[in-house]
Amino acid sequence: MGGALLLVLMAVTLLPFASMFTTALHQSGTYPKGLDWPSDPHWDNFVKAFHIANMGAIFKSSVLIVLAVVPVSVVIATMAGFAIGQLRIRGGQLVFVVFLLGLTLPFEGVIVPLYYEIRTIGLLNTRWAIILPLIGLFMPFGVFWMRAYFLTMPRELSEAARVDGATTWQLFWRIHVPLARPAVSSLGILLTVFTWNQFLLAIVLVDDPTKRTMAGALGAFQGQWGTDIPLLSAGSILILTPTIIVFVAFQRHFVSALLQGSLKG
Amino acid sequence: MTETTTSSPRKYRAVSRASASRALRVGARDVRLSGWLFVLPALAAYGLFVLWPLIQTFKYSLYSWDGVAPAQWVGFDNYKTVFTDHELVGTLKHAFQLIIFFSGIPVVLGLVVASVMRRVASPRISSTARAVLFLPQVVPLVAAGIAWSWVLSTSGVVNQALSAVGLGGVTRAWLGDFGTALPAVGVIGAWVLLGLCTVLLLAGMSKIDPSLYEAAQIDGAGVVREFFSITLPGLRQEIGVCVTVTVIAALSAFDIVYISTRGGPGNATMVPGLKIYQLAFFNREVGVASALAVVLMVLVLVCILPIQWLTRKESEA
Repeated sequence: MGGALLLVLMAVTLLPFASMFTTALHQSGTYPKGLDWPSDPHWDNFVKAFHIANMGAIFKSSVLIVLAVVPVSVVIATMAGFAIGQLRIRGGQLVFVVFLLGLTLPFEGVIVPLYYEIRTIGLLNTRWAIILPLIGLFMPFGVFWMRAYFLTMPRELSEAARVDGATTWQLFWRIHVPLARPAVSSLGILLTVFTWNQFLLAIVLVDDPTKRTMAGALGAFQGQWGTDIPLLSAGSILILTPTIIVFVAFQRHFVSALLQGSLKG
Repeated sequence: MTETTTSSPRKYRAVSRASASRALRVGARDVRLSGWLFVLPALAAYGLFVLWPLIQTFKYSLYSWDGVAPAQWVGFDNYKTVFTDHELVGTLKHAFQLIIFFSGIPVVLGLVVASVMRRVASPRISSTARAVLFLPQVVPLVAAGIAWSWVLSTSGVVNQALSAVGLGGVTRAWLGDFGTALPAVGVIGAWVLLGLCTVLLLAGMSKIDPSLYEAAQIDGAGVVREFFSITLPGLRQEIGVCVTVTVIAALSAFDIVYISTRGGPGNATMVPGLKIYQLAFFNREVGVASALAVVLMVLVLVCILPIQWLTRKESEA
């Protein structure tokens, strides 16, 4: 009985993907009925969608954004988490509370001033318009995550290193960072997915689809080809495939990372 | 000879103790300065792109501005508009209605599914199910929106299934019908969030002491009794996290609504997030948009803080 429930739920979970996939194989411009494997699958729809939507450029754009956002965010969040969680600097609790407030913040709360701020700096419609705010917006989560990790590390480790004459910087890079690899890599994976799937910032701050994230480009894609259902479905499938591949590859890592983080603090 | 052999170990100990404590004192001074340097980059990024805009949102909400011409001070007029304008109040109402779907279904169903997974004999089905159910969390929300738009359309799978079982009369465009549009959007959200809650609750369940269950069984407690007396209280923290995350997702929903209904039909599925976007960038009413944004943020806090307080760790109670 229990197994049956699980199978039903798995089917319901996969249903939208399956439906979109079969629809993507239909003749472009038609309106297929629900879940319906076409008699002549149009595999070329995927190729067509790839070219029409300029997916190569959009993919490259997404990768560039991820490469700019994730390493920087992870490094500075780890540094801050280290200072607050391990070094226990004075005023650290207060700083942490300031970051904590940002955890419940919906991006809509700051998107309007962000637009004018980015416009004033002159970065509107560039990738930096997504990269820089995203780094800031990831800080609450990142600092929370790394602080929770560093709280679990014993102080004796740091004290022993200090007696040996280590500077704070050496303490950080030589001792704690190597030990923090699991927490750091989990954070990296999560931020990569969050960045790739980022939509609001992309559509508000960037007009050119080839400078957005892939999720953001999907918004423009829908606007232009919303009525050609098979083509839209093919394009959507192409856009969500990378995240699925990443997930399947890092699956256990991913889920355990999320679990550890959300149950801390 | 005896002088040096007895005094040098003592002297050595005294010297090393002094240098160790001096190293710690120097270290402490070093920490105070460089410790703050470690926090600075994160604080700078956060300050520039979150805190400063946040303050600006508050400021904008007190003015009437179209983004171009000089702004006019209007005090709290924008807030009055937010709470009296039928449409705007409607968005807040919709946000709360979405909580039923985004939070209620995933948490309750998640509890059921997690319990089932714990009892199912085959661990392979269990871990496959866990991975599959988590999939919606990984894909872009807009892709989920497009997929479900198709499933819920007049020629989509849902209607196809209904017709197949003879309920052809019930079929409709679920996202385009005034009565069913909001629940339909809710279903999409529930689909996205179920996996997350299931996984979280499952992890929580594995932390509950099995001896509690054994004791209950000895006392003759049934499955239902066990669930309410042992499982549920033991999952307090995890349920807290689930409810917090899903409530925030419901109140600040944007991607799903934007892609599937744009707030329509009419204003049936308009949510605060989408309205803020429209007001600021299409209606050129930055002041009202900002006031709505502030109200949204306060609403989130008002909902989250009690949940956090109610479900905090046992050790803090």
